[in-house]
Order: sequence, then structure tokens, then C-alpha cells
Amino acid sequence: MAKVIVVTSGKGGVGKTTSTAAIGAALAQTGQNVVVIDFDVGLRNLDLVMGAERRVVFDFVNVIQGEAALSQALIKDKRVETLYILAASQTRDKDALTEEGVGKVIAELKEKFDWIICDSPAGIERGAKMAMHFADEAIIITNPEVSSVRDSDRIIGILDSTTDKAQRGEKIPKHLLITRYAASRASRGDMLNTDDILEILSIPLIGIIPESEDVLKASNLGSPITLSAPNSPAARAYSEAVKRLQGEKIEVTVPTDKKGFFDWLIGRNKS
Amino acid sequence: MSFFSNFFAKKNTAPVAKDRLQILLAHERSSRTGNSDLLQKLQKEIMEVIQKHISIDQEKIHVKVDRGNDFSTLEIDIEVPQQNQSNT
Repeated sequence: MAKVIVVTSGKGGVGKTTSTAAIGAALAQTGQNVVVIDFDVGLRNLDLVMGAERRVVFDFVNVIQGEAALSQALIKDKRVETLYILAASQTRDKDALTEEGVGKVIAELKEKFDWIICDSPAGIERGAKMAMHFADEAIIITNPEVSSVRDSDRIIGILDSTTDKAQRGEKIPKHLLITRYAASRASRGDMLNTDDILEILSIPLIGIIPESEDVLKASNLGSPITLSAPNSPAARAYSEAVKRLQGEKIEVTVPTDKKGFFDWLIGRNKS
Repeated sequence: MSFFSNFFAKKNTAPVAKDRLQILLAHERSSRTGNSDLLQKLQKEIMEVIQKHISIDQEKIHVKVDRGNDFSTLEIDIEVPQQNQSNT
């Protein structure tokens, strides 16, 4: 039974595309058939983050408009056997994403894949609405920062009211993924901490990705971080989030970049 | 947390962010989507129907909206003037 997951946030720049790539790759590494889809028509970037930017011939809109078959537009990842990407169009506008057209493509993908991960554009316009419309579950990406939390709250409201599942009277399961988290700043009281965000948004937590240089390095290389630096704290946090997505019960730990008192003591004595 | 942040001269900013968000979102959630719109629409249309048949002093109308998590209530209290009152 294929699962459609939307990765969304409302606010731009919080890590939707990075997270889509990392989660998609980690899921595919478990042997599941995964496709990641870019819904950001006109500003596509998932291809670039995945390192497939030079291999895009046909895109999502070509398939919707019948100019290419789905099999022609799906780009097979060179690193993971079971991972595919469907790129967004860079030249059309968002009106090309019709509900009927997107629905048809999703239905066809459901026959081939176990997981369909939809990378939403920022905002609440057509692209974002279409990315979430056919979702079975949602991952909401939130930074510990006021505008991101506010936009996430708005997106949660939209998920619960306008999506296909909501219109059929069903609840979309929602998972909170906190990104760019700096544990030391949160413990100093100068950054919203995990409990603050959970209390405000009241949806279950699926993972906490620490603020990390490795994330930028991975996008520089065009590789999902779960493939290029699987042992980095951020990649481990993504892998654990994926396990939770697959139904495993693992306690969410706050990745800490803070040295303990004893480390500090030893560090001081050394110098 | 608040005790300590009051205790030290240097205030932490995270609690401020949390308070601001909670106030803002409580407001945004209540004015969001169908629920509040529906109540406002109902109120407006019910009033129009009544106005069609009887002229009512606006002062004599009390509208109360209670929003809860599970359900909301709309109470409209109207004092209807006695039609058959004669000034004899």
C-alpha cells in the first residue's frame, strides 16, 4: 500500500527540499521503492539537491499535459537502486498543476512505489496546495524561530481543512520535524526549545535535526545528507525520523552540540 | 524559567517568543476557516430574516458567541416588541 507524504512548512528556507532528499534517500536505503516529487514549478531545486540537475529531460508538467510518459520523466538515482525523482518544470507556471492532472500522476505512481514524497514549495498558493492535496500524511518542517512556527500553525490548519483527505472527513496524520536546532542556544533560553514548539503546535514530533555544517556540504555535493555523510548527527537524526515514519517507536532525543561540564573541565585542564 | 530570567538582569528571549506566539496563534486560530465565518454568516442572516418581519431596536439584541474546542455556540437574545400593544 503506497503512502503519499507531503513535506511542507509554509515558510521558505526552513529545509523542505533538504529534508525531502534526506528522508527519501534514507527510506530507499531500507529497500523500499521511493519517488521524490518537486512541486515547485518555476523554481525547481530538488533536482539540484539530489544531484540530478543535468539529467532532467521531461518533468512533472510534461507528464500532466501528456507530452511525456511517466516512465520517461522519472529519473533513477545513481546511488540508490530504489530511489527516483520527478522534477518540476522550470519554464511553466503553477497553473499547470491541475488537481485532475496531479491526481492522475499520483495514482499511477502509487502502482509502482511504496513511498511518494512530495516536496512542497513555500507559501500557500497552488503549488503548495497541490503538494498536500493527495497526501496520506504530512511532515511539517519547522525552525525554532517565530515566523516559522507561525507559518507551520497556518499550514496545519490548511492540511486539516482543504486537502482531499480532510474533505472526506478524515484526519491527516501530521509529524513535526524541527530543523536547524541549536541545543546550546535553546538551553541558554535564547532559542525556542523543543517543548515550547510542541506546546504551541501540539502535533507529534518525528525528529530534531541539529543545525549543522554537514547539511550545506551535502547540498554543495548534490547528495542527500543521509547518503553523503550518513554518520553525521544530522543524517542520523534523519534516519531515526525515517524509522519513526515507518512505525518504529524510538524515543526522540535532542541532539546536543553542548559540551558537558566534565568535558569542559577536562578541556580546560588540557590547555 | 521566568523566575530565573527575572532574577538575572539579562533577559532570555525564548520565553518572550513563546508568549508572543501563543497570543498571536490563539487569535489567528479563532479567526481562521469555516467555523468563525459560519457563525458570523448565521448571525447576519438570522438578523436579516427577523428584520424582515419586525423592526427591532438594535439595543435590544444580544449576541454571544462561545467558541470551544469541540463545539461553538451562538446565542441570539432578541426582545420582541408586543405587536398588539395599543396606546390607550
